[in-house]
Amino acid sequence: MLCERCHERPATVHVTKIINGVQTAYHLCEVCAKEQGEVFPNPFLMGSPFDFNKLLSGLLNMESSSGFAPVTTQAQQRCGTCGMTYNQFTQIGRFGCPDCYDAFSSRLEPLLRRIQNGLRHTGKVPGSAGERQQLARRLEQLRRELQQAVAQEQFERAAQLRDEIRKLEQGAQ
Amino acid sequence: MSLADFVKRTISKWMRETGPEDDIVLTSRIRLARNLKGFPFPTLATDAHAGEVMELVRQAAENDAMKRLGKFEFIRCRDLSPLDRQMFVEKHLISPDLAQQEKHGAIVLRDDEVVSIMVNEEDHLRIQCILPGLRLQEAWNLASQVDDALEQTLTYAYHDQYGYLTACPTNVGTGIRASVMMHLPGLALTGGIQRLLSAVSQVGLAVRGIYGEGSESFGNLYQVSNQITLGESEEEIIANLMSVVQQIIEQERNARKLLMERNRIQLEDRVSRSFGILAYARKMDSKETLERLSDVRLGIDLGIIQGVSAGILKELMVLTQPACLQKYYNRELSPNERDVRRAQLIRDRLRMSDTEVHG
Repeated sequence: MLCERCHERPATVHVTKIINGVQTAYHLCEVCAKEQGEVFPNPFLMGSPFDFNKLLSGLLNMESSSGFAPVTTQAQQRCGTCGMTYNQFTQIGRFGCPDCYDAFSSRLEPLLRRIQNGLRHTGKVPGSAGERQQLARRLEQLRRELQQAVAQEQFERAAQLRDEIRKLEQGAQ
Repeated sequence: MSLADFVKRTISKWMRETGPEDDIVLTSRIRLARNLKGFPFPTLATDAHAGEVMELVRQAAENDAMKRLGKFEFIRCRDLSPLDRQMFVEKHLISPDLAQQEKHGAIVLRDDEVVSIMVNEEDHLRIQCILPGLRLQEAWNLASQVDDALEQTLTYAYHDQYGYLTACPTNVGTGIRASVMMHLPGLALTGGIQRLLSAVSQVGLAVRGIYGEGSESFGNLYQVSNQITLGESEEEIIANLMSVVQQIIEQERNARKLLMERNRIQLEDRVSRSFGILAYARKMDSKETLERLSDVRLGIDLGIIQGVSAGILKELMVLTQPACLQKYYNRELSPNERDVRRAQLIRDRLRMSDTEVHG
């Protein structure tokens, strides 16, 4: 949807005003919303159109001020892989990399409890993760059997096992 | 290009075909968020990372498992004109955010446009399936198959406890967003809509306008979707959404029946006026277009208007958007010109028979 004032930029500010029972809706871009200051007496709305990430970071900041540990040290906690700090996460509402979930798990869990239905995934599991795990286990078992066969000088059996291992390894690549 | 040819070339399967309950449910959509293991999320990705992710996805889109699922094309955003990208947004194939990702964004699109995969949006991958009517389970099955096929050559960021890891913790776990686009003019006219919408939001579902997050509803179109992604399985999430959608459908049908019984003449007058305006007006803005189309569609569903296909709402709500209009008239149009051309396109379309368009 385009801004109804300039018809140029996308409308990102949506406001419904009700005055004496008369309802008026405005759909403006950020620029026009600021220029139309008198329409939006709420300074919070003018300076920073409401968006989800800001709501999320609001929740997160609430979290940090209610803790027992000093806020600054917690906020400076850093993900060892991508270097993102918890503070940065609260500002943009998005993590830097998959490892952030472990790096910030103690801070994350109260948040997940609030916005999700529990802390444990119960849905689909990556197929290949399961397959890879199975394959790895099977290879491990075959290698053990191979060692045993060699130790017991069952060379025919050992050759069979070696071929099977080779086939599985090639299939995995 | 004739209008019939343009319509044929432009509309996707979800606009063209019908489906269960499609007097009320326009589309069912499943979106899965996935990320690749060993790469930062797009928020922090360097040019090299983003390029590598794109290349890995391009290769995965060509693997044998994907070939079995249909004909896919990998398209980089930078190879599309801004107008074409905007058209993809208007057709609900990509998000406005992806359209902005000129440098690192890409789309993997199936030829019937039922499946679209966004690359380097908020997450590395957003797999989307969109089907006409109420077919959430089918859309989920298909999305899951595409997910499995891509996984033959990609390794996802997955956590034993948290599930599929996503840039934003609001998507973590299943990474699923199931949404249903509903046309609810009966509830809007009888005043039941606000009560219903607040009830829906209390059971963990979100209601949005058709332009997505934060947008107001136009043309009585609402998107209902799940918010929770962790702690419930995909099947539970879909079943929960389905049961709420079924209840909304029932209430909408009751509202329509009530209107026909108690306010028939007012209703007939309203939809017929809207039809007259669409058929003869010389200037139409997009908001009024959606409102009038909503009335006409209601009139078709209730048998008040005959000889016009019910698909007209889905078709014209997309074709009258700015990028589509400019594509059809093959030049840039000022907002004022657009209103004139939009009215013209609607008039022309209403005078065509459906066989001309859909063959």
